[in-house]
Amino acid sequence: MMEIHKTSWPMRILVFLLFVYLLAPVILVFPLSFSGDQVLRFPPSFWSTRWYSALFANSQMLQAFWTSLSLAAIVTALSIVIAVPAAWVMTRLTFAGRDLLFNLFTAPLLLPTIVLGLAILIVFASFGLLATMHGLVFAHLVVTLPYALRVLAVSLSTQDRACEEAARTLGAKPLTVFFRVTVPMLTPGIVAAAALCFLVSFDEVVITLFLTGPRISTLPVELYNYVYNQADPLVAAASALLILLTLAVIMIVERAMGLGKAFVK
Amino acid sequence: MSAVPTTTPVPAAPRQWRDGELAVLLLLPIALINAIGFILPVLNLARYSFNKSRVGGGIEAVFTWENWAGLLSDPFYLELVFNSVWISLAITLTTLVVSYPIALYLHRASGAWRTFLTVLVISPLLTSAVVRTYGWIAILVDDGPVVGAIKALGLPAPSLMFNIKGVFIGLTEILMPYMILALMAGFGRLDPRVEEAARTLGATPSRTFMKVILPLTLPGIALGCLLCFVLAVSSFITPKLMGGGRVFLLATEIYDQAIVTLNWPLASTLSILVLIVFGAALWAYSAVLRRLD
Repeated sequence: MMEIHKTSWPMRILVFLLFVYLLAPVILVFPLSFSGDQVLRFPPSFWSTRWYSALFANSQMLQAFWTSLSLAAIVTALSIVIAVPAAWVMTRLTFAGRDLLFNLFTAPLLLPTIVLGLAILIVFASFGLLATMHGLVFAHLVVTLPYALRVLAVSLSTQDRACEEAARTLGAKPLTVFFRVTVPMLTPGIVAAAALCFLVSFDEVVITLFLTGPRISTLPVELYNYVYNQADPLVAAASALLILLTLAVIMIVERAMGLGKAFVK
Repeated sequence: MSAVPTTTPVPAAPRQWRDGELAVLLLLPIALINAIGFILPVLNLARYSFNKSRVGGGIEAVFTWENWAGLLSDPFYLELVFNSVWISLAITLTTLVVSYPIALYLHRASGAWRTFLTVLVISPLLTSAVVRTYGWIAILVDDGPVVGAIKALGLPAPSLMFNIKGVFIGLTEILMPYMILALMAGFGRLDPRVEEAARTLGATPSRTFMKVILPLTLPGIALGCLLCFVLAVSSFITPKLMGGGRVFLLATEIYDQAIVTLNWPLASTLSILVLIVFGAALWAYSAVLRRLD
């Protein structure tokens, strides 16, 4: 191997600095969450856990957290149940207009969330779905289903068909093949799709902003409103916990199929 | 999983399901959600942009060009569109410049180190935009670490919050992961042996970069730029939180018109305008790709 493939030191330092830039806001919230100051100041003049106490005493935030958690759980479960059969059709059957349908089903991802949020707001207003749990579930499904369909379709199309063929030849009925062969082999894909749907739903803020109100609110929307009105270290405490939750979900995906595979390919 | 059997064929059924029937049955739920939650709202949005608004959020269902004519003759909105496009382009180019070295480094890295760095790149992507914007507010506030460091150097410290500078810095960082992933996807064509050949034949590092590496990675650059431009034009959280009501862009104006002023026809018209800008970006992207081929 020639020397030129060793990255030069100036390049390494540059890459390091750019990584610092990329990760600065995420890393900063951890020390900031232990601030003892009344206002947003970095570095804090003294350390304390007062903002964690304040966070857990904030009933509005806790309420929003439980709403977000149950919303994300319901949306994830529904996304998988709806997207697995759909992805199976898209990869195992051939029919006219299949590619067109696939593009149509994944099209909501192409639309900016600000436009989609407004579009859904106007329609939901006439259906009476604003600021309701089922309205939020439905709106989140519009954005999570394309992700689930994509990840599952990739998993299904790279799956070895020989096992399914073998099961069929040995006399297994189609439904048996599906549940005893296809689904078990699809487990890593399902885990990745579920994790992605959960994170997308749990973090969704723009569309949700249009659809929530005083009656029902999610954690990202509450955090948005909080930061909009005042910026104190309370949000740092909430952010630190959110990042840890995200890391936990990422580790599950990494375990199941390798993160690089799930997102890059 | 208990809901799946209801949408899959009963195995005991004596007759064979035809592919078409099976497809319709299994695709019905996703098709319904797509139709009610995506197609209907978007068509309705287009219709609203030709409707008259009433004070308080209602509309009059009459066909009118009023919204479009008003929009295109109002200097405020013309400037808004111009600013949004111009700032988004500048942010896209900056994102490209700061992402390229990371993507190139990641492309050349291998093994566990590469996996670790890739996770570092993806992690911010999975962190809420609110959280990351909040992090930037903490960094850029008037008595924050950045302004403090500039003052410590004895230089006049610019105000970085509640103006376009802060939005620029924050948004660039927020878009970096998208750009890096798009670049890496396009770097697949970059074979290290080609670089090696150029260097062996006597090309300087900068010449190798300009004549070999850059041309080969142009498709990835085009894709990353399209992605980031589109995301920048429609970004809402960062300009709203970091702009402090003083930065007016297309996306923030759509939200204000929809939620604060309750002028849904105008908000719809602005939304369709965003989609037109998207279409133009997509057209430019495919034109670039054609020239590259």
